[in-house]
Amino acid sequence: MATADVAHHEEHHHHPSGVMRWITTTNHKDIGTLYLCFSLSMFLLGGLMALVIRAELFQPGLQVVDPHFFNQMTTMHALLMVFGAIMPGFVGFANWMLPMMIGAPDMALPRMNNWSFWILPFAFTMLLSSLFTAGGGPAAGWTLYAPLTIQGGMGVDMTIFAIHMMGISSILGAINIIVTIFNMRAPGMTLMKMPLFVWTWLITAFLLIAVMPVLAGAVTMLLTDRHFGTAFFDPAGGGDPVMFQHIFWFFGHPEVYIMILPAFGIISEIIPTFSRKPLFGYTAMVLATAAIAFLSFIVWAHHMFTVGMPLTGELFFMYSTMLIAVPTGVKVFNWVSTMWRGALTFETPMLFAVAVVFLFTIGGFSGLMLAITPADFQYHDTYFVVAHFHYVLFSGAAMAMMGGAYYWLPKWTGHMYDEKLGKIHFWLTTIFFNVTFFPQHFLGLAGMPRRIPDYALQFTEFNVISSIGAFGLGFAQLLFVYVIVKCVRGGSKATDTVWEAPRGLEWTVPSPAPYHTFETPPKIA
Amino acid sequence: MSSAPGSYYLPNPSAWPIIGSIGLFSLLLGFLLLLNEGSAGPWLMLLGACIIVVMMFGWFGKVIHESESGMYNEDVGMSFRMSMLWFIFSEVMFFAAFFGALFYTRALAVPWLADTDILWPGFEGGWPTAGPKGPMPIEADTPVSDPAAQFSTIGPWGIPVLNTFLLLSSSITVTIAHHALKMNSRGNLILWLGVTVLLGVIFLYFQAVEYHHAYSELGLTLGTGVYGSTFFMLTGFHGLHVTIGAIMLTVVWLRCLRGHFKPDNHFAFEASAWYWHFVDTVWVGLFVFVYVF
Repeated sequence: MATADVAHHEEHHHHPSGVMRWITTTNHKDIGTLYLCFSLSMFLLGGLMALVIRAELFQPGLQVVDPHFFNQMTTMHALLMVFGAIMPGFVGFANWMLPMMIGAPDMALPRMNNWSFWILPFAFTMLLSSLFTAGGGPAAGWTLYAPLTIQGGMGVDMTIFAIHMMGISSILGAINIIVTIFNMRAPGMTLMKMPLFVWTWLITAFLLIAVMPVLAGAVTMLLTDRHFGTAFFDPAGGGDPVMFQHIFWFFGHPEVYIMILPAFGIISEIIPTFSRKPLFGYTAMVLATAAIAFLSFIVWAHHMFTVGMPLTGELFFMYSTMLIAVPTGVKVFNWVSTMWRGALTFETPMLFAVAVVFLFTIGGFSGLMLAITPADFQYHDTYFVVAHFHYVLFSGAAMAMMGGAYYWLPKWTGHMYDEKLGKIHFWLTTIFFNVTFFPQHFLGLAGMPRRIPDYALQFTEFNVISSIGAFGLGFAQLLFVYVIVKCVRGGSKATDTVWEAPRGLEWTVPSPAPYHTFETPPKIA
Repeated sequence: MSSAPGSYYLPNPSAWPIIGSIGLFSLLLGFLLLLNEGSAGPWLMLLGACIIVVMMFGWFGKVIHESESGMYNEDVGMSFRMSMLWFIFSEVMFFAAFFGALFYTRALAVPWLADTDILWPGFEGGWPTAGPKGPMPIEADTPVSDPAAQFSTIGPWGIPVLNTFLLLSSSITVTIAHHALKMNSRGNLILWLGVTVLLGVIFLYFQAVEYHHAYSELGLTLGTGVYGSTFFMLTGFHGLHVTIGAIMLTVVWLRCLRGHFKPDNHFAFEASAWYWHFVDTVWVGLFVFVYVF
């Protein structure tokens, strides 16, 4: 076909180099790299903000920052980690791996793929520069509850617009991922043959499209309440601030699973490889993922047990929340069963995967405790909640991404990473993570509230331990950056399969994976 | 970039996305300054809007060019179709947030507010309401003399039912146009698609008349408590979407005049028509839950 030939020649004539290559790229691997680098830098910046928090909490009293700035740090740390580090990080993995895993030449809509990424730096410029405006950045917590956010300054508007931009980015990215999975699979790659990482991302993308617009609606109502005289969250006009919480958490709870399902996917790739067994209960894993996604839509008010709800509401949300333990339990059971009697080895990715299974389960159990309404009346807004969600988000989502990075780095770069340093990074991360966050369970049960820069004297010891752990955890991540840079720049040559007989199409292409893979679809056995 | 003939078309590197990002950023930064009394606000917004328009012309123009010169195989068309449907799903969820706000307010928040005598003794609740501190509602379609004390609502059986009729008819005419396109009957295609756009524009005109009526005579504004908030945000966002849909259909209509689209290949037409049906369906929900009940 003549036109196709013409198009083919075009490529060699204008293929920008240098910075323009990265700005204009339509290649899924380039865009995946952009996402991952962006995610890592936001992870470090958000981590720095966490260290400001922990420095202030190192001892009782106010010594490092003033309370308003402290509040900005807790808010910004969360927004950066949720929207800047974890979500884009997983999209980076999706960009790199999905086309290779399903035998596609690229993502379905490559130009839109570029746009999904390139909205993000602008969104975060908007968000971060709010810190330098009069009145400072958002300080009401990442949940942006009205009426606090009705009262804030220009920084709140900047947060609202930044969230609009992130929403556009996420929705476009999610549409691209769904369409790629539905429309771009190689012949013979049936749905039930797809790697579990593809399945978890398919369901995650569905959740994203379903709930990001709801968040956009919620912050739009905030904006009009702030500037255009509407009364959505103002009882004097017949509105209700609690309604903001309902709308926010209708987004917020599926969002929690948006941040964990791709992590489940990565773990489900790593564990079979280093157990040298196929994944136990593949079908059950797929169904459990779908069940978790479904349940995520009917549990949101468990974040609001103390706000005042009818008893039937409290009961419904308590039982539906506890139900989530069933499909999640299926997953944990299947990971453990995959390892059962496997020929296990513990390279860095496997260490991370096993740690995620163990530590995420701790976070799951504390989640069950929080789900019990009467108990939650005690735990609500204490450090117990902080400990809980860091066990699922750091030792779940973030550590799964670290494991995934070590797992696929040789495929991406063509070099083996430094296994010794990788293991040191793992142990430092795991130990300091627990030093940081395990004591926070006790702090919370003893009644220490979250998002407060000062505390009563009896909380001192555990806070000191937690702060020491946090600094260790933070500095350990510099080692992670060093290992990545070192691996990108050189190292022993990786084989095509990298590991011992791993499953999946990505291991059938050379290492590093060529710029274009599967231009002609692979044969699926 | 696909090298094999007939394979999935992969585009070259493109500068349009980053241009779109710059436009979006200028638009929102301008809006931010406008809301916070920065004098450059409106100009920055205008600049951003212009950049976005240029981006759409450039980006979509390139896609149209690629499509018309036969670079896309059926799979590319399928990707486009699927992504449009998922995009419409995201729009449905956006409206769901505002419908949710309406239902929550009417069914829960206002009755609870009326039940408590601690904060606002004497507040009776009911719907419509502008809340305990807002003006009192009176019978629909009744001009009010003192908007600070009273407001009236827009009854369903005047302009709204006419608008319902207009939009539902336009869904039929766009379907007639689609059939004409499939039968390769270009004259009918252009006629009925033109009628669709016209019906949309008339709808928007009546909507503007209704808003003017509400603001100038009924004392009903965006600030009329939670009733005004939900009423204007729901109908306003819907009107915005009708505008977007009408622009899309107009572009498709102009492309039809130029001889674009084939009976078996007309993604832009289908996408715009789906979008139009979606806008229609939302209106039916609005008519029922905002105007009638």
